[in-house]
Amino acid sequence: MTTKAEVVKNFGVVQTEEMVLNMGPQHPSTHGVLRLKIRTDGEIVSSIEPHIGYLHRCFEKHCENLSYEQVIPFTDRCDYLASMANNHIYSMAVEKMLGIEVSEKVEYIRVIMTELQRIASHLLAVGTFGLDVGGITPFTYCFRDRERVLDLFEYTCGARLLYNYIWVGGLSHDLPLNFRQYAQEFIDYFEPKINEYNRILTYNKIFIERTGDVGVLPAEVAISYGCSGPVLRGSGVKWDLRRDEPYSIYDRFDFEVITGDGQMGSLGDCWDRYFVRVREMGESVKILRQALAGLPEKGDVQENIPKKIRPPKGEIYFRGESPRGDLGFYIISDGKAKPYRVKMRSPAFSNLSVINEIGAGWMISDIVTILGSLDIVLGEIDR
Amino acid sequence: MAVSLVNRFEQDNIIVEQIDNLLNWARAGSPWYFQFGLACCAIEMMAAAAPRYDLERFGAMPRSSPRQADVMIVAGTVTLKMATRVKRLYEQMANPKYVISMGSCANSGGPYWQYGYHVLKGVDLVVPVDVYVPGCPPRPEALMQGLLELQKKIKEDTPLRRVS
Amino acid sequence: MELAAIQTRVGAVHPDALVPTDEGAAYLSMTPEHWADVAQLLRSDEELRFNVLMCLTGYDRGPGEPLGVAYNLHSMDKLHKLEVRIEVPRDGGKIPSVAQIWRTAEWHEREAYDLFGITFVGHPDLRRILLPEDWEGYPLRKDYKEPDYYRGIPVPKDKRGWE
Repeated sequence: MTTKAEVVKNFGVVQTEEMVLNMGPQHPSTHGVLRLKIRTDGEIVSSIEPHIGYLHRCFEKHCENLSYEQVIPFTDRCDYLASMANNHIYSMAVEKMLGIEVSEKVEYIRVIMTELQRIASHLLAVGTFGLDVGGITPFTYCFRDRERVLDLFEYTCGARLLYNYIWVGGLSHDLPLNFRQYAQEFIDYFEPKINEYNRILTYNKIFIERTGDVGVLPAEVAISYGCSGPVLRGSGVKWDLRRDEPYSIYDRFDFEVITGDGQMGSLGDCWDRYFVRVREMGESVKILRQALAGLPEKGDVQENIPKKIRPPKGEIYFRGESPRGDLGFYIISDGKAKPYRVKMRSPAFSNLSVINEIGAGWMISDIVTILGSLDIVLGEIDR
Repeated sequence: MAVSLVNRFEQDNIIVEQIDNLLNWARAGSPWYFQFGLACCAIEMMAAAAPRYDLERFGAMPRSSPRQADVMIVAGTVTLKMATRVKRLYEQMANPKYVISMGSCANSGGPYWQYGYHVLKGVDLVVPVDVYVPGCPPRPEALMQGLLELQKKIKEDTPLRRVS
Repeated sequence: MELAAIQTRVGAVHPDALVPTDEGAAYLSMTPEHWADVAQLLRSDEELRFNVLMCLTGYDRGPGEPLGVAYNLHSMDKLHKLEVRIEVPRDGGKIPSVAQIWRTAEWHEREAYDLFGITFVGHPDLRRILLPEDWEGYPLRKDYKEPDYYRGIPVPKDKRGWE
């Protein structure tokens, strides 16, 4: 049997007229309003030029005009699939500038929320990736379980998608009654479901044919382009800020950094990137179990919230591990109540820039697969 | 009215009804929407189509091409760079067509109304809107109510007597 | 490696590149002229090996003041970090591009060009990235005024009927 790579290579020998194809900004598989300008030779893609900015909502301009705490709802809207992680990392950056320590309970709740968010985000990534390669059922499975995570969030802070929950120095609400029990029930329900996804999608023959060996991203290229998160780990680089630069209380938990191993093709293919996400959900469950067990019962979650947020003059670059990778905030303060400059270094921005490198030479239908495996969120690419 | 139409059909197999009502009954029962996610609200739109909320109960089915859709759900922030494309996509839809503006951003610019130099302050500046769904983002239930309101509006339409 | 050690190492090879910084500053300040060589040194020197450009931030010191770029570097092997700042005049300031050294910089430099109007010399494809091609002005500059109309679409919110 000829492999897909050979088919593509042999087709490339025949020269046909070059065609420029626009994919997007409205296209079901671009995960939002991304436009790809694709040059094709027949069905084979020779180069991809991403055009972004269709969702540029002036986040950085807003930061300069709003006070530090007012920025938090806008960080929600940047990466709208991982609002908790954005809140967490932004709040920690400002806390570092102010020199605030938060209480044990707040740290535990933040970790619980961020890890639940990671599960929700990866569920959407896995579900829509299945949709991209032509399977509708995994999407319905993933959304069924994602709704349960959203129920927990809604129970805690009243919102389903954009929470504004983690504040500088604390949280907007304490955990509601019986949260620990409900979260425990969710974990017990969810853990066996991961095998269900594996049965329906991961080891599906058609799925492996579509994703294995496609869009191989070598580790050096990934590092040079600044890829991070599951995209980098899919290429076999063991790099996770939760372990390598532990922030919050991540150093207390025992979990594994998942990397791809190329078992369905080459190291760093779409299947690896996908499977890293699936296994990371399992690791999040592990962290959640430990965090729920250690969660202190008593404590005020708002005692450390400063009355006035006025960081001293200076700058900080703080980064943490969002579900998509290294999310960094570079904040310059001039000692006033509003930030002088906030730059959000979004992981998906760098992850997307690699698309031409790994997408050229594949068929158009594979571009959809590669794009799905990068798991981009346009809200944080364009900001 | 559409409900009476179904009732009469059940009773004696013969319907005497205005053809406008027949058409409206059919059209209101299948508002295929244009799957056009822009930002955060698109995730809630996906959630509305997913198993728990199941928008297909109302006959609403996502279409990826504007040429097959009846309703355009503008879900999310429309930026100036995108505004011209939204207008073009709207023009590509076949008549009769409707627009649901989902979320604060599409309604009025939402949280970006003041400093958003690149945000369109309301999608109604470029396309006509039939139903506004408030919220940031609206819950899937809110989108459903918006769709039901649109169905009411469709049922009051007079497609045959419309001046083109 | 600590900041002082990095400073000594860079200063030994490119003595003209460094600009004195304020007391207690946590970054190195550099002149744009030698930046391309210094970046190559930072990337490939055995002791430094900064292989990741974490972030590239443009900033504006205010109307009439210079524009600046901050580079946040990190080494995955040596596990140390560095911030480098380069400031150039507001009009016609040019900074050498490091897109060939760290590929991350390619899009980040385009973004800084788009929002601040900083020119990067030697960039393979310096165009606007977020805003449309026909946009006027650089929005994140402190003296930016948003336009009234873009292609016939009113930009500021119409507030009639609010009061």
